[in-house]
Amino acid sequence: MIIDAAGRDHRSLNEEIRKGDSDITINGCLGQRFIASGMDNVRILINGTPGNALGAYLDGADILVRGNAQDAAGDTMNEGRIVIYGNVGDAAGYAMRGGEIYIRGDAGYRAGIHMKAYSGKLPVMVVGGSCGSFLGEYQAGGMIIVLGLDKERPVVGNFCGTGMHGGRIYLRGDIEGLKLPKQVSCKKAGSDEMEVIEKYLVEFSQLFDVPYEKIADKEFHVLTPDTHNPYKQLYVQN
Amino acid sequence: MLKENLNGKEGQIRIPSGCAIAGLFSRSGKSVSGETIVNAMTVMHDRSNGLGGGFAGYGIYPQYKDLYALHVFYNNVSAKEECEKYIDKAFEVINLSRIPIRKTPRITDEPLIWRYFVAPHHNKLMDSQLDEDEYVVRAVIRINTSFDGSYVFSSGKNMGSFKAVGFPEDVGTFYRLDEYEGYCWTGHGRYPTNTPGWWGGAHPFSMLDYSIVHNGEISSYDANRRFIEMYGYKCTLLTDTEVITYIVDFLTRKQALTLTEVADIIAAPFWSTIESKPPKERERLTYLRNAFSSLLITGPFSILLGFSGGMMALNDRLKLRSMVVAEKGDMVYAASEEAAIRMMEPELDRIWSPMGGEPVIVTLEGGAEQCR
Repeated sequence: MIIDAAGRDHRSLNEEIRKGDSDITINGCLGQRFIASGMDNVRILINGTPGNALGAYLDGADILVRGNAQDAAGDTMNEGRIVIYGNVGDAAGYAMRGGEIYIRGDAGYRAGIHMKAYSGKLPVMVVGGSCGSFLGEYQAGGMIIVLGLDKERPVVGNFCGTGMHGGRIYLRGDIEGLKLPKQVSCKKAGSDEMEVIEKYLVEFSQLFDVPYEKIADKEFHVLTPDTHNPYKQLYVQN
Repeated sequence: MLKENLNGKEGQIRIPSGCAIAGLFSRSGKSVSGETIVNAMTVMHDRSNGLGGGFAGYGIYPQYKDLYALHVFYNNVSAKEECEKYIDKAFEVINLSRIPIRKTPRITDEPLIWRYFVAPHHNKLMDSQLDEDEYVVRAVIRINTSFDGSYVFSSGKNMGSFKAVGFPEDVGTFYRLDEYEGYCWTGHGRYPTNTPGWWGGAHPFSMLDYSIVHNGEISSYDANRRFIEMYGYKCTLLTDTEVITYIVDFLTRKQALTLTEVADIIAAPFWSTIESKPPKERERLTYLRNAFSSLLITGPFSILLGFSGGMMALNDRLKLRSMVVAEKGDMVYAASEEAAIRMMEPELDRIWSPMGGEPVIVTLEGGAEQCR
């Protein structure tokens, strides 16, 4: 089914998306919110600029955006995949607990904050460009991978991983100048750690037609919460 | 002073915003219809709740470009008569008229809305020993604090603010903005959180040619207010945007700071970020933070500041509100959402999100005088 979104509000657009068709193309999308929120078993191609909360609470649907997405894409998603050929706004993948988000370009502030893994679910977000500040703030699980392709260093802003207590953040290439909170440890990714993300890098390479060798030509660092330096007595004496 | 008579609530009640802002600017000074900014706001309809909308246009009064344009709300005819006596005493009125409106069922209970093109009375100005701008500021504050049922909501040269209770697209229709042309426009859709919506409380907030549209919630409001009121400003609305307007006027007009310095004060970097800067920059930022510590604005905000010949977009240092900026040829666009920018210009040369606390300042290629 092909839907022309020009001039439509989010309510009527989402009602049409929910009529049951399993393969949908939306043309002329311009700021309509909540597209495909909570949906499973549907494939949606979006041409244009979808509004905030794209694929919020997504439960298995597959979304492709030929353009940029706005704020809170994949908010609290549970399963499924969101592929964005451009950039994404702030708070992408906020509190996601499953599924995958692939972004060819940059992510704004607060990407992947409060991301968590749950009962066999492992959320993964791959950003091809760079990220703003507060990447993975309060991360509790899952994996965030930042490739920084053709970007200046460092590829993440300030306060990366603040409050992180689970999961991993992978950063490709030189991280000189990156300031991390003392509760986060950083080391070069070993072969075990690279093995875990290989399939996601391959997927990124295929989705966006970026040669895999280009992605693999630099070393990765991996950030994890430092179990020897927990958040004890950070706020109160206890 | 209009507030009590409208609904008796503004300034007395706090309710906990999503708002929408958008702006456009032609670096070459090209005239753009007000319709363009109204269309951009339409895309972000859901960010507002119908309790306030407004616009500011620059370069819209070329025929009166050397006069102050006072836009005034009056509660009733007697308020108007009282206030006009004062305006006549303080100013030479070159032209006055009702601001033309287009009736729409979606905008109701409008006050009387008048416009005066004025110049300070020469002798009064000399006697006051003030410069022209300060003379006008004092007159505006006087009306807004002491004249019951009157409120000056715009007072700049060759610019004007237009605002009302309603959704922004309806406010644009109401004020017939399609009939105005300017090189810069800003727009606002309001979702009032701390105060009930009323006509004077809608954005933009203006003082002289400065206008602010703001999305956010300022937690430092009272600290900022206490400081700025020591310099003759009166924050009468308990609306945080009002205090930002006065801070900008104070820092630029009275302290002669640049807009970059203003941004470094109101959205100052964290001390930890300042420490990581090269020595000279560290010293500069430390000086500004210390000298104007009471003007640090905390809490989430994204603002567009309009002024004669320029526009500035700025986020709070944590970037707790969204802001997208784009360029196409000589045009610069900014908005809470990319979709609003694409509505104005689908094909862009460049689009990006500035970092928190990083101002984007655009000015006319020929300087402010070009459109004066």
